[in-house]
Amino acid sequence: MQISGAQMVIEALIAEGVDTVFGYPGGAIMNVYDEIYKQDKFHHILTRHEQAAVHAAEGYAKASGKVGVAMITSGPGFTNAVTGLADAYMDSIPLVVISGQVPMSLIGTDAFQEIDAVGISRSCTKHNYLVTDAKDLPRVLKEAFYIASTGRPGPVHVDIPKDVTAQIEEFNYDVELDLETYKPNVKGNPRQIKKAMEAIAKAKRPLFYLGGGVINSNAAYEVRELIQKTGIPAVETFMARGVLSHDDALLVGMLGMHGSYASNMAMSETDLIIGLGARFDDRVTGKLSEFAKNAGVIHVDIDPASISKLVNADYPIVGDVKNVVLEMLENLEYINSDRYARWRESIKNFNQLHPLTYYEDSDRLKPQWVIQRTGELLGDNANISTDVGQHQMWSAQFYPFSRPRQFMSSGGLGTMGFGFPAAIGVKAAAPEKTSVNFTGDGSILMNVQELMTAVEKKLPVVNIILNNNFLGMVRQWQTLFYDRRYSETDLSIQPDFVKLAEAFGGIGYRVNTKEEFDAALKDAVEKDVVAFIEVIVDRYENVMPMVPAGGSLFNMMLLEKKER
Amino acid sequence: MEISERRVISVIVINEASVLSRVTDLFSGRGYNITSLTVAPIPESRYSRLTIVTSGSVRVIEQITKQLHKLIPVLKVYEHADLVEKEMALVKFPANENITDISTLCGAYNGKIVNVGDNVIITMIADEPKRVDNFLKLIQKYNPKEIVRSGAVALER
Repeated sequence: MQISGAQMVIEALIAEGVDTVFGYPGGAIMNVYDEIYKQDKFHHILTRHEQAAVHAAEGYAKASGKVGVAMITSGPGFTNAVTGLADAYMDSIPLVVISGQVPMSLIGTDAFQEIDAVGISRSCTKHNYLVTDAKDLPRVLKEAFYIASTGRPGPVHVDIPKDVTAQIEEFNYDVELDLETYKPNVKGNPRQIKKAMEAIAKAKRPLFYLGGGVINSNAAYEVRELIQKTGIPAVETFMARGVLSHDDALLVGMLGMHGSYASNMAMSETDLIIGLGARFDDRVTGKLSEFAKNAGVIHVDIDPASISKLVNADYPIVGDVKNVVLEMLENLEYINSDRYARWRESIKNFNQLHPLTYYEDSDRLKPQWVIQRTGELLGDNANISTDVGQHQMWSAQFYPFSRPRQFMSSGGLGTMGFGFPAAIGVKAAAPEKTSVNFTGDGSILMNVQELMTAVEKKLPVVNIILNNNFLGMVRQWQTLFYDRRYSETDLSIQPDFVKLAEAFGGIGYRVNTKEEFDAALKDAVEKDVVAFIEVIVDRYENVMPMVPAGGSLFNMMLLEKKER
Repeated sequence: MEISERRVISVIVINEASVLSRVTDLFSGRGYNITSLTVAPIPESRYSRLTIVTSGSVRVIEQITKQLHKLIPVLKVYEHADLVEKEMALVKFPANENITDISTLCGAYNGKIVNVGDNVIITMIADEPKRVDNFLKLIQKYNPKEIVRSGAVALER
């Protein structure tokens, strides 16, 4: 059929099964928005900032496992969205982001709202396109969805000049994709997998090291089975929270800069790392030359460039985690879980020596308690998003995650302002669960305008603001490494968060005690409205344990009880 | 201590807009070094061939090839071990220099005089990059006015 470029975009989104688009209109994308107005196949959620549109699409993608879609205009619309693209790129989140561009005839003339969008997005997307002819649109959009969602997922950016959205051409979406240069290897080499299994059988202290790739490949339940059957303990990265349930006896905990003592010690003492969809990030390994010194490494990843990038792999396996784990489950004959009984015992001892905990040594509420308590009250019934900082680490440490896709947080890029819009996207994807955003008094102000989106679209996100009147994580580093010079981190001057929520039509609570917190959370969940629960917490609480940047993983600062 | 080595990498890419930027952005973004880069379409195909001379440790070179391969329009990446490598150089001399000497020197480096004008002569040579270095040292005494090097191209043996 002969249709305009703008109509092609709509038809392609419908053909891809998109049910929700996050976006913000503007001059160069108006033809497409005109077609959005005319259709009723998918919802459009108008965010109040383009950055938030992309974060919302990320939250939607993470919670649903589908490709998230965001739509923006040229120039500032696009540049506002760049942080979202970079965030999705770092955390391997499948997105298709469509931007308007000035007409072809004006490209290169410094036209109004013109920016070299593909030039900017090149380094923070998996791939990008500038569509110069509507004839290419069906193919480009089909490729974009395919590339975003296959291999190592990531954001794909499609920039469409305004005249191309007006151009009328034949539309046929039923074309076979022929991507000769893009063929991700999803099936692990069976011989290599067999060798890896033999190495596991011979190891004395093997350790599963689970990364976000397990969630991306929808392999969490297969991984749970593999761990159950082998009896081998597992540590999770920040990105992998929820792969194992919090009450799984073989889950040691989260490792890394703010990992548990037992997890970091287990990683330091293991003789064989079984890495699944993890990338040995610097926040995980600490000082590389001291990292897991005596360990062999099995490294399963769909991205060959992640293998042996930082830590040399003795058994590199390029493939989709799910396929490889299914193949591993077929090769269990040599493995006897009794062999690792002593190893499991010594990990238990690590956990008893320095369990992950906190002390109630202040008149104010402890942030960790708030997170733990939310977990007790909501548990599996909530999806958890976070912003970035101390509250983010405490959420990863103390929330009792029980399933994959329950936890969404900006891990790689560390984007303050991610949490609230992401939680809006999560709510759109999973309306049956309570969408909670743990945030700080610093982070929440970085996308606070999204109150309007959430209220308008009735996407009731419960924001729990852990207010310590500080940019807490930076303050913690200043305490520890800058001799308490609190340069520009004191946030004593603040808005009235209760009134702020109310001004947008949400509901606000200020909480000082445990009883007040319970009452506020219950009320917010029951009323099912957009909420700010501001919790006044201990100003000087630190996230512990902590491996100082560049330090060895086994050299942790541990929690100390404050003198009162 | 990881030793930095000179390496020649050939990359076969789809001949399309901005593919060269994707490659060079990758190098600058990840802090890799480009010594020289040549690019030209492969006849009767939709591909182009890039020849990149770079340097780095074994680990860095391995990362470069893997990261190049991750770019969507990249078909193949060859990290050459055993190769034939050639580079061209054009040099402009004042016409009053000793043309016979220059011509003989060029001959020794697979070259010749390619243009003679009233005031200048232009020579070309094509040889291994190291020998091009040598040639350019030798001709210094003939007061070259301008030198242009093409960057290396290579084929696996």
